[in-house]
Amino acid sequence: MADNILLRMKNISKSFPGVKALDKVNFELKAGEVHALLGENGAGKSTLIKVLGGIYSLDEGEIEIEGKKVSIESVHDASKNNIAIIHQELVLVPYMSVAENIYLGRESGKGFSVNISKMEKDAGKILDDLGMDIDSRELVMNLPIAKQQMVEITKAVSVNAKILVMDEPTSSISDREVENLFKIMRDLTKKGVGIIYISHKMSELEEICDRVSVMRDGEYVGTKVVKETDKDELISMMVGRTLTNYYVRDFMPTKDVVLKVENLKDGDKVKNVSFELRKGEIIGFAGLVGAGRSEAMQAIFGLSKDVVGDIYIEGKKVGIKNPKDAIKNGLALVPESRKEQGLYLLQDIKYNTTIEVLDEFIKNLNVNSKKETEITQKYIDMMATKTPSQEQVIGNLSGGNQQKVMIGRWLATNPKILILDEPTRGIDVGAKSEIYKIMNELVKNGVSIIMISSELPEIINMSDRVYVMAAGMIRGCIDHKEISQESIMALAAI
Amino acid sequence: MKKSNNMKALNFFKENMGIIIALLVLAIFLTVFPATSSSFPTTKNVFNVLRQISTNMLLACGMTMVIILGGIDLSVGSVIALSGVFAAGCVSRYGMNIYLAMIIGVLIGLIIGAFNGFVISRTTIPPFIVTLATMNIARGLSGVYTGGSPVRVVSKEWQWIGAGYVGIFPVPVIIMIILFIISVLIMNRTKIGRYIYAVGGNTLAAKFSGISVSKVKFMVYTYSGLMAGLAGVILASRMYSGQPTAGDGAEMDAIAAVVVGGTSMSGGYGKLGGTLVGALIIGILSNGLNLMNVNSFWQTVVKGIVILLAVFIDYIRNLKKSK
Repeated sequence: MADNILLRMKNISKSFPGVKALDKVNFELKAGEVHALLGENGAGKSTLIKVLGGIYSLDEGEIEIEGKKVSIESVHDASKNNIAIIHQELVLVPYMSVAENIYLGRESGKGFSVNISKMEKDAGKILDDLGMDIDSRELVMNLPIAKQQMVEITKAVSVNAKILVMDEPTSSISDREVENLFKIMRDLTKKGVGIIYISHKMSELEEICDRVSVMRDGEYVGTKVVKETDKDELISMMVGRTLTNYYVRDFMPTKDVVLKVENLKDGDKVKNVSFELRKGEIIGFAGLVGAGRSEAMQAIFGLSKDVVGDIYIEGKKVGIKNPKDAIKNGLALVPESRKEQGLYLLQDIKYNTTIEVLDEFIKNLNVNSKKETEITQKYIDMMATKTPSQEQVIGNLSGGNQQKVMIGRWLATNPKILILDEPTRGIDVGAKSEIYKIMNELVKNGVSIIMISSELPEIINMSDRVYVMAAGMIRGCIDHKEISQESIMALAAI
Repeated sequence: MKKSNNMKALNFFKENMGIIIALLVLAIFLTVFPATSSSFPTTKNVFNVLRQISTNMLLACGMTMVIILGGIDLSVGSVIALSGVFAAGCVSRYGMNIYLAMIIGVLIGLIIGAFNGFVISRTTIPPFIVTLATMNIARGLSGVYTGGSPVRVVSKEWQWIGAGYVGIFPVPVIIMIILFIISVLIMNRTKIGRYIYAVGGNTLAAKFSGISVSKVKFMVYTYSGLMAGLAGVILASRMYSGQPTAGDGAEMDAIAAVVVGGTSMSGGYGKLGGTLVGALIIGILSNGLNLMNVNSFWQTVVKGIVILLAVFIDYIRNLKKSK
């Protein structure tokens, strides 16, 4: 393998309002190597790739390709520099054929005419060369997800990219196709292509990757040769941060089981999930994105139709068909994505706080505004929400304050069991620590909390016990004393 | 304390800027028109304008809810015709009791609305398509039932609801005011009112909130159909006949009133008070232009300009907000 550097990213920094997503990150890719990029969710891998692909512009730093400094301001610049990216989400046009998708934006033909038969023939040849069993004339919408992923890969290969980025390409394809993909990758590297490979699957690293770079909290940690390292070393590189001390938690274990879930199933997203929640306890749900944690909680909350399994609340079996039933049974769910799943952005704080408890002040065509204001104020005070008035439109608040209103909304229902899905995602440190304080107060007062989180430090410091999920299943339960980043990651990685 | 009151007043003005500007425009019209026509500001003419907008306002009440819900109801104009011809037919063809016939006319509107609501709440077919279909079906059925010619009803009783008076107040104006108040109560003082804003503002969040989205949608479209049925009966009464061409394009006038009144076409935001002002502006304009002997083609042009202006004011306001 030649030692020539294909791509060098030097001191790359990128900030978003309130977050430093990348902090002086360095990355090097040699020609003919597969270079894995590893890190927890939110470590900055995707941001780095988006900078390389021209989707984000960088704040500071330099990008060199084959020793020459280049500026990548747009997706167009990226493809001009022979960079192709296969994104995690599919970006194919469903109503077009495979061939049309592969040549989208660079169709064969003169002037305004398009030579479809030529495109189909060319695409067919590339597909054959890659050993893919796909008809180039088939509409993409008729293909299963795995094959669509292969089309995406073919598209990237067909532009003869020198630098190929694959963001979790194996997340939705079968073993046989993974084998085929690895074969294609080996062929490409022989031709001198450099591949950046993002994956959470440790086992794949050994099989296909030459070197691995680890990122953590937007910073570059280090680069290792795959043959000279092992899983444990990589995990400790990924998670080895010093913990901050803003977690507040008084552990007071009890014996009463408040919620018991047995053999919960929902399609292929949630498989045989069983767990217990005791009174006054916080249990953490750890796992990678797509492990089925949110889906399991939404199934319990009555948000999915085809749920199988038994749910017991305080020993009694309950039937939950919709969120209304769940609320009646003392459940509350603060969803993962505030803006999409929670907030009424055009409405004010008052409306957003009281929407679950309208019965308390709307009766017989009469709105008790005083009561409405009281309820709103109670949760503004309890959550220490910073706002000029109750009439403030919620879309204008910061993420942290929006999240406080969301939690307040559900606390207003006096839940026995509070499910928090990524409660501190995208909010500042101050608001985070306030939310931890409130969680501690709540469990002291007998509320039980389920917290889904991708932030290991908060899982470790706040949880009585941690359930780790992967591929829709619970892989294990770790008791408070044994919780560590390593023990969680060992169960979460497939 | 005083300061916060001032803040509240300021916020109120900011929030209701569109309506306030519209009222100012109205005030200007009210001072300009008298100079050109002596009959404009009289009590009689005021009631005349109110009576003219009464059917549009009924449709617009339902339409406001539908649009806040994030939908649209194109069928209401045709429902006016169908419920009108059928109510008239019940009297003149089957010799039915007049009030029973009118109730049947209103029920026809309710049934079509319920059908719209059923399909829209149970499927993902866009409301535009569903109501476009029922719009054609209802219009076609009115023609089939009447053979294309009006169904006459000769009776004083029949005319009362559309052309009668209680004291000096025209009956349709009274009906409009009552239903406007009912609609405002629904929107502001019931749970379902809040749910309409929730579903229109963020359907997914409404599901997470445990709101029965399909029930809310069903009820709103049913209500819109009910209002259209009532408007159809009132119009048939005023014209002594059910006409298969009645209410042609009425859905567009209702949408215009809603939009001029500042309700967001993308749902989640809007007020019935704004819609009332919107309907008034359009009504007073056409009445004033009528009295000035402006020809009807130009009146339509002016209506279009007013809609653009109203939406443009909203756009500017939102632009400032987002900065």
